Amino acid sequence: MSKPTSQPTGTGGLKYDATKRARANEWNIFAALVFIVIVFEILNRVNGTSFLFNLRDNVPGLFNQQRLDIMMLQVAITGIIALGVTQVIILGGIDLSSGSLVGATAMITMSFAQTAMVNGNPNPKAVFGPEWMDLPVIIPIGVGLACGIFAGLINGLLVAYTKIPPFIATLGMMVSARGASRWWSNGTPVSFPTETYATVSNGDLLGTLTFGLLHWDGQNPAVVFVGLAVLFQVIMIYTLYGKHTYAIGSNEAAARMSGINVDRHKVLVYTIAGMLAGVSAVLLTSKNLTAQAGMGMMYELDAIAMAVIGGVSLSGGRGSIVGTVLGAAIFSVIISGFTSIKLDAYYQEMVKGAIIVGAVILDQWRQKNRARS
Amino acid sequence: MSDIILETRGLTKHYGGVQALDDANFILHAGEHVAVVGDNGAGKSTFVRQITAVEQRTAGQIFFDGKEVSHSGPLAAREAGIETVFQTLALADDLDVPSNLFLGREIFKFRLGPFSWLDRKAMRDRTMEALKTTAVKIPNVDNPIRNMSGGQRQCVAIARTAAFASKLVIMDEPTAALGVQETAQVENIIRGLKERGIPMVLVSHNLRQVFDLVDRIVVFRRGRIVASLRRDETDGNDIVSYITGVKGNADGAIA
Repeated sequence: MSKPTSQPTGTGGLKYDATKRARANEWNIFAALVFIVIVFEILNRVNGTSFLFNLRDNVPGLFNQQRLDIMMLQVAITGIIALGVTQVIILGGIDLSSGSLVGATAMITMSFAQTAMVNGNPNPKAVFGPEWMDLPVIIPIGVGLACGIFAGLINGLLVAYTKIPPFIATLGMMVSARGASRWWSNGTPVSFPTETYATVSNGDLLGTLTFGLLHWDGQNPAVVFVGLAVLFQVIMIYTLYGKHTYAIGSNEAAARMSGINVDRHKVLVYTIAGMLAGVSAVLLTSKNLTAQAGMGMMYELDAIAMAVIGGVSLSGGRGSIVGTVLGAAIFSVIISGFTSIKLDAYYQEMVKGAIIVGAVILDQWRQKNRARS
Repeated sequence: MSDIILETRGLTKHYGGVQALDDANFILHAGEHVAVVGDNGAGKSTFVRQITAVEQRTAGQIFFDGKEVSHSGPLAAREAGIETVFQTLALADDLDVPSNLFLGREIFKFRLGPFSWLDRKAMRDRTMEALKTTAVKIPNVDNPIRNMSGGQRQCVAIARTAAFASKLVIMDEPTAALGVQETAQVENIIRGLKERGIPMVLVSHNLRQVFDLVDRIVVFRRGRIVASLRRDETDGNDIVSYITGVKGNADGAIA
């Protein structure tokens, strides 16, 4: 309930309350992140361990580097998908296909990244003949991106031009892409990539980019995640693409009336989301050195959860990439935190579900509050 | 006055078997403000929807700015210079005021297809300017308009129309949902348009407002134009007689 406030002078008596200014939602999420970290730190200290800090004398460093590294890896692969899913949700849509796209793209990409000889023997997992092996690393990367773009394009065209609900369109893609990933090699894993392909995830990209000034060995997925997050945050705020994405998610009819080519924009957003799933698949296979048909299972839900926890409204128009990055961090801290206090994986999943529902309830509650004020 | 901005000849619209608009002959001169009044279902909104091309007419001709036109949709009409405030506000609630004002006609620092860089400062400056010329006061234009009152949102919608108005402004009951002070503000914007010489068609139920603002009053009854009266040659009772059908039979259509 709003408290009575004095009328601002000179506004023709229009009701306006400065205290109801849109506060940066991201700060609340950041506060939640800090709070959760502190909770896990306390829970760990009770057992004589630490969540964040390094308590061992024989290992250098202030922080528990091993845990941070694992958390970064966990969050990066799904986080990259979440960047695309965030844009789709802000647009007023939903993308259920991203996890399956990772699976299908992983299988196809890995087939172009195989090496001919493994320890002096021919590659036992070969998908193609020898002339399709030991290809330059740019080819599997290109194939991965192309697969993602292609699938995203289909999603976008379906949503924009057949007018079927995004939920159905991407559900269809989710099932079909999972089928494609099983069909590709009849269910057998595709393994043994070239050494250069393995360095895509396991090398030192940050070192290369900063000419050796900074190093973060084996954390390329995290470097790519952060880089893409910054890129898309800038795009969403400063470019026409972002403005129109928010506008369409906010009021599609108004956007159409204002002369925005809504259908074309939808295709573009879904295509970018597909491309990001492709990026994720490349990094995941390069990290694991193998591709399996079941890869990326449930990633779409994790990605949606990250966005929702990060304050992205499922009704569209509201949220940000920064929010999703924070949501991804919270997600990762919770999983890591449960492991650190040795909670069973079953409990982890149950709590994860509760957190997603809780985040949506919170969003609804915020909206209702805003409507009332 | 000889410059005719808008003219309709025999404009007719059927919805199935219902004749919502029948043989409407209407003329709007340059700089003229005309009110369209009538009872519910008299055909006012139908008339507006044909001019703004939200719907396609059944028969008749529309001349705009000296040429016969047949706009394919509201967007085409807007590009031709017909700015409209619709009863349902066409605003994006999650965007701030400048973004809403410039939605679909953004200003850029440089063009790069969909990733064109927005000139946010220029848009904000021009928004402040537009709000100033239309005398709309919004305390903080950087807020999403979701957080604003109904009156403020209506003012944003009207300011957008007024700021970009080039040839013709159409307002369909712009003050229907507003309080007294908010209505006064909207009326000030309309007077501003008059001073700038921009012609307007105002659909309104509020006769007090109509007599305050416009030059001429066109009365619709049962889908027909039954009267077109200069403001200073008529009064409220006269208008009401036409609206209710006491005066003017429905066959003697004039404009």
